[in-house]
Amino acid sequence: MLEIKNLHVKLEEEDKEILKGVDLTIEAGKVHAIMGPNGSGKSTLSYVLSGRDGYEVTEGSATLEGEELLELEPEERAALGMFLAFQYPVEIPGVGNMTFLRTAVNAQRKARGEEELSAAEFLKVVRAKAKTLKIDAEMLKRPVNVGFSGGEKKRNEILQMAMLEPKMCILDETDSGLDVDAMKLVSEGVNALRDAGRGFLVITHYQRLLDHIKPDVVHIMADGRIVKSGGPELALEVEHNGYADILAEVA
Amino acid sequence: MALAQVKQNATEARLDSMTLPEGGCLKAARAAALSRVQTMGLPTRRDEYWKYTRPDTLVQPGAPKASLFKTDESMMFSGVSRLKIVFVDGVFDPEQSDDLEMEGVRIDRLEDICCKDIHWAKDVYGVLEARGQTPVERPLAALNTAFAEDGVAIHVFGKPSKPISLIYQHSDENSDAMLHNVVRVETGAEATILENGPAASRFNKCMEMDIADGGVLHHVRAQGRDHERRAATYMFARLGKESVYKSFTLTVNGVLTRNEQVVELTGDDAVAHVAGACVGDGDFHHDDTVFITHDAVNCESRQVFKKVLRNGATGVFQGKILVKEGAQKTDGYQISQSLLLDDDSQFLAKPELEIYADDVACSHGSTSGAIDETALYYLRSRGVPVDEATALLTLAFLAEAVEEIEDDGLAEGIVSRLEGWLARRR
Ligand SMILES: Nc1ncnc2c1ncn2[C@@H]1O[C@H](COP(=O)(O)OP(=O)(O)OP(=O)(O)O)[C@@H](O)[C@H]1O
Ligand SMILES: [Mg+2]
Repeated sequence: MLEIKNLHVKLEEEDKEILKGVDLTIEAGKVHAIMGPNGSGKSTLSYVLSGRDGYEVTEGSATLEGEELLELEPEERAALGMFLAFQYPVEIPGVGNMTFLRTAVNAQRKARGEEELSAAEFLKVVRAKAKTLKIDAEMLKRPVNVGFSGGEKKRNEILQMAMLEPKMCILDETDSGLDVDAMKLVSEGVNALRDAGRGFLVITHYQRLLDHIKPDVVHIMADGRIVKSGGPELALEVEHNGYADILAEVA
Repeated sequence: MALAQVKQNATEARLDSMTLPEGGCLKAARAAALSRVQTMGLPTRRDEYWKYTRPDTLVQPGAPKASLFKTDESMMFSGVSRLKIVFVDGVFDPEQSDDLEMEGVRIDRLEDICCKDIHWAKDVYGVLEARGQTPVERPLAALNTAFAEDGVAIHVFGKPSKPISLIYQHSDENSDAMLHNVVRVETGAEATILENGPAASRFNKCMEMDIADGGVLHHVRAQGRDHERRAATYMFARLGKESVYKSFTLTVNGVLTRNEQVVELTGDDAVAHVAGACVGDGDFHHDDTVFITHDAVNCESRQVFKKVLRNGATGVFQGKILVKEGAQKTDGYQISQSLLLDDDSQFLAKPELEIYADDVACSHGSTSGAIDETALYYLRSRGVPVDEATALLTLAFLAEAVEEIEDDGLAEGIVSRLEGWLARRR
């Protein structure tokens, strides 16, 4: 599904290398988790994959189902099935959440040569999915993320993911800011989307989320590289011992 | 040549090119207005409130040529049930206009107010304009009072069921039009006035609105899109106790637009909102000049102006709140913002507050900025193409001004016109 090879990324504005050769392959149907100390480059990886400005790829490649991603515009990547649930979802005053969702869904359908959803169909689908995430009608009417609590913003990201049905889902600290119940809702939302044709990359600091969304593979990222990969037990080790042992072992 | 001489020559040249209409009962008002023009002189670039906008093409004798804009798009407000009053190049057109009869309102043509002895109109014509000359001079408005021959007198004494729609058509590339409308809203009465259309190659329009205690007047305007047209418009409003005046203007293109709003809150608890949204491209120059005077207790005023500029377009905002002595509990708000879609465009703002009362809450802000890159990326990451995302964010930027329109149907019409503009310019 997603194949990242020797990815080197520096900031466009300054001479600072952030990703220093990331190798990562995520197969369809699998859930991979990335953990790692603050500032190790996890969000940067997710931004570079989704096409944010400000980064320069100096080496390496990333493909989604064989298509080279890094040359594409963000909207083209989205149409191919790339989705990022943001660590810090963006507030957009003046754009209604519903308008935003409908515009996004229809833009992707159009890009793939599919029929746009009618207003009625769309409404039906969005209401049903919002309900399972406990997002009420009022939140759908409000401007995108404006005045949403931290947890509401994260649930709104998952709603977008559920509506867009992407192939490759990257979740950047979707668990941070969630209360225990919301964590369950969000996890159920993610698990409902798990299927053989879809890959997940879950960035998190805590084992807690991985209790709900069971990963197939866990990676540790440090200083711009994947330094260790293993099974779910690797997350438990981090939970108990922190990163010190792992970092010492690979150093 | 001395500055004063330049001004005087320009003023004389313009006055020489025009003939004062037969006065009838307005004779004195016209003569007084003419002497105001002669005393003040027509504006030059050196005048304090004309620093950002060149007045020469508005002052010169004869209108610069402006070609007609052809479009298949339906006219603004065409889906709205309304009483239509049509002017072509500034001349009333009875053929295209509806019967001027409607419950709750009486409408007469300006030329009939003398023979029909319409007292209230004589008491308003030129009176609010003259009051609006201090402390800031508006000589083009006085010129209008002196020379305008057409227009309507709208007397609202009830609650007419439909908006009164003034439609200004442009048919002659050299037309130079002046219209003067007077409005009186009686106690407890309420009406909506719509205006739309390019009007003429050059348009000078004056509207005086006297709103009695408890009267409500809504005004929604869409200025015509003919790229080369020029306009100077004046809205003078006087508000009585507990009255309401809400005005919104959409401007889409036009090479030169100067819109002045002069509002006087003279009765306690009155409310005045003036708002505007404009989108301009290229040699577009758009100027909002607003002066709101609080002269009573517990009044509220809001100014919300948003401009989207690209390809070297220029936006100007000059807005003032004057709170007179004794106008306690004044709530005054003013915001002017521009969204610059490229580096060539510019926004010039001059917000002013002058306050002589101690118990007031007044705030003003002015910003100028580009599209929010993070929001743009967020939208694109969801699959929205960059042009569509830009259009969405542009509409969102304008939303605060459009939301000032109370009637949802009218607001939707304005939004779809804006969407059309954005779609054409992708
Ligand atoms: N635009 C930028 N300007 C300056 N520094 C940046 C920029 N983007 C990323 N960095 C730096 O790159 C490093 C990696 O940041 P990144 O956000 O990817 O870390 P992270 O692993 O997601 O951390 P966290 O766990 O705290 O979310 C940090 O040192 C950060 O300060
Ligand atoms: Mg991060």
